[in-house]
Amino acid sequence: MAQQIPHVAYLELGDSPHLVANECTTCGARYFDRRNACAKCFNNDFKKAAISQDGILKSFTIVAFAAPGVPVPFVAGIIDCNGTSVRGNIVNCDPTPEKVSLGMKVRLTTFSLGTDEDGTEAIGFGFAPA
Amino acid sequence: MASDDIWILGIAMTKFGKHSDKDIVDLGSQAAIAALADAGVTMADIGILAAGNLMGAGAGFGQQLQKQIGQTGIPVFNVANACATGATALRTAIMAVKAGEARMGLAVGAEKLSGAGLLGGGGTSKKSGNKFEPSGRFGSVMPTDGRIGTDTMPGTFAQVGMEYGHKYGGVSFELFARISEKNHAHSVLNPMAAYQKRFTLDEIMNDMMIAYPNTRPMCSANCDGAAAAVVTSGEVLRTLSVEQQRRAVKVSASVLTSDPYQESCQVLPDVNTLTRNAAIIAYEQAGVSPSDLDLVELHDCFATAELVHYDNLMLCPEGGAVDFFMSGATWRDGSTPVNVSGGLESKGHPIAATGIANIWEVCHHLRNEAGDRQIKDAKVGLAHVIGLGSACGIHILERSGL
Repeated sequence: MAQQIPHVAYLELGDSPHLVANECTTCGARYFDRRNACAKCFNNDFKKAAISQDGILKSFTIVAFAAPGVPVPFVAGIIDCNGTSVRGNIVNCDPTPEKVSLGMKVRLTTFSLGTDEDGTEAIGFGFAPA
Repeated sequence: MASDDIWILGIAMTKFGKHSDKDIVDLGSQAAIAALADAGVTMADIGILAAGNLMGAGAGFGQQLQKQIGQTGIPVFNVANACATGATALRTAIMAVKAGEARMGLAVGAEKLSGAGLLGGGGTSKKSGNKFEPSGRFGSVMPTDGRIGTDTMPGTFAQVGMEYGHKYGGVSFELFARISEKNHAHSVLNPMAAYQKRFTLDEIMNDMMIAYPNTRPMCSANCDGAAAAVVTSGEVLRTLSVEQQRRAVKVSASVLTSDPYQESCQVLPDVNTLTRNAAIIAYEQAGVSPSDLDLVELHDCFATAELVHYDNLMLCPEGGAVDFFMSGATWRDGSTPVNVSGGLESKGHPIAATGIANIWEVCHHLRNEAGDRQIKDAKVGLAHVIGLGSACGIHILERSGL
């Protein structure tokens, strides 16, 4: 099997792909990017925390006009995954206001983003209606 | 007037729009020279210059400006603070006067943005070869904009408005379009606006979709422009002419905040908390309440943003922005006229100029010089800007008692 690499370091692949945050060991604030210290409490010790794959769509936009090379239209959303806010596209769903609604239940899904010259496949994630 | 009060002695803006025959320094000079003339002073009176230009940050805009309006050797602060750059320049000049380091300060904001197109989004593409290598703080192997949500400004602010809808209900495409309808209707009375065209609701909703629910007329207009203000203290103002004292506008509150940590701010910039925090401080400083405001110029970079700021500025009860708007309160004949200039959607948004131009608009009404669009007997007004990242500037202004 060709090697795979996640689109972003906070996507953990495997049998049950899920997102992983850097969680502040003092206050519990969660970050998807690399942090030098906690923006909330200034502590600088973090541990890994798995994020729920299920969530509720708490905001979205249907982007019809984007930077060159970005296929449109697509749905960009903010998902409440059991208390942790996550950013992602809503996929496997028509990008229309009739099909996407605030409060809808969604679940994390993964898909291929293509392969590089070594045959390594990049895997991205999005959220599909659940 | 108390000695340590801060006053706007003179203020000016260029017409917003396309100025293809002028560069940023021309525009800034035009606004600065007009503000000095409006104040009845010259560069010889100015003790500090705060100069804002976002797109050319790093080029020493303030010093370039001095070469054209007066090289007097005073300290220059070149400021850049996203869309709050103009308000930050003014705040800088005010702090210097308040600290007693300058008798008068000049704040200038200028930008050329005509034809800039979509702001935000894109990201960096791979440097060379075709190998996936994690880079940056997210360890990403390719750009995330468009694949993991959106970085574009219209999309970001669309989500800001939709998030409000999820929290409190009542929002719709039509509601947001109606906000835009109001601002474009207001712009017809403002000759300084980049666009003075009234649109019907249907025209707005059927225009080109940029990022649902924001269509093109619901987005701020990229254009060129500049604005400038001269500030001084009550102590100095007392020594000036009666006419200067009569036309001076009191800065009852001058506040700048940044975004404090919130759970979801890493995935969607929080433009709410810092605005609410700034508003609380501003009302306290000024000793006025939202119901005292005769007019408000707030940062309608997108129609979806205007709605949330009704709530953030406490113009309505928490969660009540939709009802507040639908009551007609924010039209120019309503109880709290908002964006009678036409707002960023029609007046335009030359980024660094915006945070001074909105103060010019309020001052114009407080001085009873706003012509056809004058809000009758305006005594107190509020000007708000927000720069994503984030920075929020709020100024509360009151007319002179003379």
